[in-house]
Amino acid sequence: MDWAAFWLSIRLGVLTVALLLPIGVWLGRLLAYRQFRGKAIVEGLVALPLVLPPTVFGYYLLVTFGAASPIGQLWHSVFGGQLVFTFEGLLIASIIFNLPFAIQPMQRAFEAIPSDVREAAQCCGMSPWQGLLRVELPLAWPGILTALVLSFAHTLGEFGIVLMVGGSIPGETKTIAIAIYDRVQAFDDASAAKMSALLLAVSLVTITATFYFSRRVGRRLG
Amino acid sequence: MRGLDVRLRQDTPIPLDVTLACPPGELLALVGPSGSGKSTILRSIAGLYRPLEGKVLVDGEVWSDTSIKADIPTWQRRVGLVFQSYGLFPHMTALDNIEAALGHVPTADRNRRASELLSLVNLHGLEGRRPAELSGGQQQRVAVARALAREPKVLLLDEPFSAVDKVTRGRLYRELAAIRQRLDMPIILVTHDLDEAMMLADRMCLLQRGHILQVGRPLDIMSKPVSVEAARLVGQRNVFPGRIVEHLANEGVTILDWRGRRLETPHAPAWSVGTEVSWLIPPGKVILHRRDRPSRGEAENPVMGVIDSLIWLGDTMIATVRLEASETRLLTFHIARHAAERNKLAKGEKVELSLIAEAIHVMPAAQPRRRKA
Repeated sequence: MDWAAFWLSIRLGVLTVALLLPIGVWLGRLLAYRQFRGKAIVEGLVALPLVLPPTVFGYYLLVTFGAASPIGQLWHSVFGGQLVFTFEGLLIASIIFNLPFAIQPMQRAFEAIPSDVREAAQCCGMSPWQGLLRVELPLAWPGILTALVLSFAHTLGEFGIVLMVGGSIPGETKTIAIAIYDRVQAFDDASAAKMSALLLAVSLVTITATFYFSRRVGRRLG
Repeated sequence: MRGLDVRLRQDTPIPLDVTLACPPGELLALVGPSGSGKSTILRSIAGLYRPLEGKVLVDGEVWSDTSIKADIPTWQRRVGLVFQSYGLFPHMTALDNIEAALGHVPTADRNRRASELLSLVNLHGLEGRRPAELSGGQQQRVAVARALAREPKVLLLDEPFSAVDKVTRGRLYRELAAIRQRLDMPIILVTHDLDEAMMLADRMCLLQRGHILQVGRPLDIMSKPVSVEAARLVGQRNVFPGRIVEHLANEGVTILDWRGRRLETPHAPAWSVGTEVSWLIPPGKVILHRRDRPSRGEAENPVMGVIDSLIWLGDTMIATVRLEASETRLLTFHIARHAAERNKLAKGEKVELSLIAEAIHVMPAAQPRRRKA
């Protein structure tokens, strides 16, 4: 049992979700409420990780984040060190490959709020922030929760991109999914089985809890 | 300067060219077919729509003015808006919905104020219900209370009666009429229902394709539309062509030629003799002569024809009469059920009618219909 890998995965998942929350709310609302030129392209880009093979996606991230790339150099000049094969690089990759899982449920959730309800918030004298906190988020939160849980579960399980961008550096980029692969390669079936069971349990519990809560909220709002 | 002043102009995407004023305490109804721009005007006042050119002044305060790029955001405008489907916050109780609009009131007073408003709209006791647990009429009342909670300088009602059944609607009309007496802000009501406008509005603004056809008292617009277009919009069916023949100042009448018939109409010397005009007569002002006993009214613009159709609408009968075999346009008249029965009206029967001279309204001749761009 590779606890370091397990906790690294959890940390990666939690941070991914924490950073995706504001990004998803912002981008989800933008896509839900606004009509703008190039909206289809933005939606396409957001959905891209769904259809692109993880290795292809990982390859491009590697190229984009590499020490020779502008982004890699910018990162180096600001933070020192490099972006690929580090936890930070892995976190950014994780946010990007989770975009469709986070944005789409949030977009749907915001789309489901009737426009007159949002406008009523304004007519009641609520500032955009108050409207977001008091009206939109309480109505959209089942969708937001679903988005975050999906992203979290997906982060725990992602393999190809993590391996491409992060390598398999223990304590830095070696996630539980990679650890399982490692153990299988080493014919350590017992460890692989334990970790797989743990991952299965965590995934099942989170996803069941989400369904349960979102249904309860759905009933309440009837 | 108190009250509301609106001036909006744009060609696309929704054509608009309107200038409106509404003093405090007045209820102005915006009436027109769908696509006439009435909701867009309302939304522009609330700041939910931004016309290309426009100015919204409330009590002399500039809410928006495109010429100086002034634009107060909706949430800073003291506006109360009742949406067509109410726009209640589904996750909040009735009381919380109202409190949500009381941000300008000290926290300690909000609850009491919200309760007062719920009582005002006769919803005392339903504080804890969520919108989904309220009937359509109750939801509408919460929406009205919430709009008033904001202590608005303008109250905007966007077809607020369209989503409830007829009985509830009648009750809500009476409640609104009662509440209105306590309100001293301009009230704008958007509706496509003429009866509603007649019942509730002090003034009515008739709109078509973003233009104002006529503004005035509802009754005046109904009986004296300024154009054939306006007459059609207010549902006048008896619109016919005619020609001014002569003015008889002594008798106080103007004589109109209607396909060879001589009609007396109210004296209107402004029309020069020979002018081709259109005219109308409300169906209720076409009187059937008793068939068994001639009446005094026979002398007044008598016409004869054959009943073409009869439709019962409750206690009223709507009849159409073909005056001559060649005539394509029919004359419509209303008659009470008992009178229709006494006179044994039936399809194909010959009838004599009088057109009440006072009720004949003369308008400019119908323009050939413009083709839609």
